[in-house]
Amino acid sequence: MSPNDLAVSCRGVKKHFGEGEARIEALRGVDFSAGFGELSFLVGPSGCGKTTLISVIAGLLRRSGGELGVLGVSMEDLSEKERIAFRRRNLGFVFQQYNLLPALTAAENVAVPLLAAGVARKEAVEKSRALLARLGLEKRAMALPATLSGGQQQRVALARALIHGPRLVVCDEPTAALDHANGEAVMKLLADNAVQPDRAVIIVTHDSRVFHFAHSIARMDDGRIVDVRRNGGGNHSGSSDGEAVKEAS
Amino acid sequence: MNFVALRMLTGDRAKYFGLVFAIAFCTFLLENQTSIFANILKRTASQILDVTDAEVWVMDPQTEYWEQTKALKDTDLTRVRGVPGVQWAVRLFKGNPVARTLSGKFAVSFLVGLDDATLAGAPRKMLMGSWERLREPDSVIVDKAGYVLLFPGEPLELGRTLEMNDHKVTIVGISDASAPFVSLPVMHARYSEAVNFLGRERTQLSFIIAQPVPEVTPEELTARITGQTALRARTTDEFMWDCIVYYLKHTGIPVNFGITIAVALVVGTVVAGQTFYLFTVENLKQFGTLKAIGVGNSRLVGMILLQAASVAALGFAIGTGIAATFFEITLHILATRGIVLMWQCVALTGACILFVTVVASVLSIRRVLVLEPAEVFRG
Repeated sequence: MSPNDLAVSCRGVKKHFGEGEARIEALRGVDFSAGFGELSFLVGPSGCGKTTLISVIAGLLRRSGGELGVLGVSMEDLSEKERIAFRRRNLGFVFQQYNLLPALTAAENVAVPLLAAGVARKEAVEKSRALLARLGLEKRAMALPATLSGGQQQRVALARALIHGPRLVVCDEPTAALDHANGEAVMKLLADNAVQPDRAVIIVTHDSRVFHFAHSIARMDDGRIVDVRRNGGGNHSGSSDGEAVKEAS
Repeated sequence: MNFVALRMLTGDRAKYFGLVFAIAFCTFLLENQTSIFANILKRTASQILDVTDAEVWVMDPQTEYWEQTKALKDTDLTRVRGVPGVQWAVRLFKGNPVARTLSGKFAVSFLVGLDDATLAGAPRKMLMGSWERLREPDSVIVDKAGYVLLFPGEPLELGRTLEMNDHKVTIVGISDASAPFVSLPVMHARYSEAVNFLGRERTQLSFIIAQPVPEVTPEELTARITGQTALRARTTDEFMWDCIVYYLKHTGIPVNFGITIAVALVVGTVVAGQTFYLFTVENLKQFGTLKAIGVGNSRLVGMILLQAASVAALGFAIGTGIAATFFEITLHILATRGIVLMWQCVALTGACILFVTVVASVLSIRRVLVLEPAEVFRG
């Protein structure tokens, strides 16, 4: 796979926080790549740097060293304003705790990226309702997040991450707050709706039950990628391949 | 994103109403206390402002305020009349006789003696009778509050008699005089009779009120009178402010009210400002999510300002409405009559609320601007 086929390309990426005695090396030279049309998993123990890495990839943090290309763009060449606009156009986010705005309905939450891009409210909400219908939440489109189950909230969050057609979707522990059945359902929706030839998905997770969805699994430890395994295109059925990956990792 | 900002604001009803209540409370407290303070000070000049016929007051050079008078010489009136630009000038007497009712009830009163020929300075707002009836012998006009004080629980009625300095006088009118600083009856009589209702002094002329000719301003005339007669001449406004400044300087009123207003200001602003600031802090996760999604700083600032402006406008409107209702009710109570919600106090309070809102917004905006969007991944 050539670099041009990669959605994300990290070469020796470093990130530290603080200075002097308080300095913490969160990333110690990470080599990582994520291809288009793939679900790329980042796994590893707590504190190994997974969240820092996706924050750097998503342009939420600036790297301290190394080279980073995201969708063919060097993030360091962008001003703060350009990085915000880049995120708004090209990135979708799914968070562990969903991070839905509690005062907005499900459809309005989904519409937020469109509203941020200047789309008229009515048009944005209509598009959101259509996407929610595809994700099986047609009847809950006008419900407030507090009235939705965890699985439903994560599906709304997934719709929010996809509504504006981003080329890179970053998910942080999307199934951690869900039971097995809901975790499977959300991952299947993610795989069915987010995996496109011109789109890449990076998932940070501890949840070995969903490893079988992965096209590749990169294992991190102590701020470095220590192992990368391919999983042959992902298995949405939840059968043995996932276990094989789990054992391999 | 404006609707997102407003929905974030109103989504949590308890917080939203808490914010609106805090600002409404602050507004009410400030408008209430400053208006009462200003109106009470204005009462020190009530009898000056009630004289609507003349724009210029002439008095002894040592006179500092309404209550403090030293009688002028009768010839001073002629001297004032001789100043170019004086259209007319007449005498005005002010004294504090004791008025007694037949039942034995008595009260020290403010008695204003009006020029016999013109009755210039007579009360224009009459509730019963007419000021022209002062031409009748031994007649007096009493204000409503004074009447109620002298005849408690009895209906307003003309023809009742009072005794003042061994003179029997008849009430020929009941006026709606502005409340004086001290709650005493306000009475009007003709000058020649008023001087007899009080113990005789060698000279009785308290004030001269004058009106300039149309082409001369009151300020020009006061300068001329002072220049030619060495008497103190003030316009109605200047004399009102003389009285207010005297009470500010020589009484504890400003200190007492100042403390109350300061407490209202501090408590109100701290409560309102802190509540809004905490509202933003509690919503930092939501702002962080919006930042991560790609909502720019300028738009987030706009959202916070919109939230602050909405809460401030609504709270201010409710607070002003409550204050206006309060004064509308107390306006009809004798003891608090004339105390109104002054537009200056509303404007001052509006400025304070705006200041608090701006400060709270700036602090809130700072928290949001320094917020790392990566925080959203930390749960």
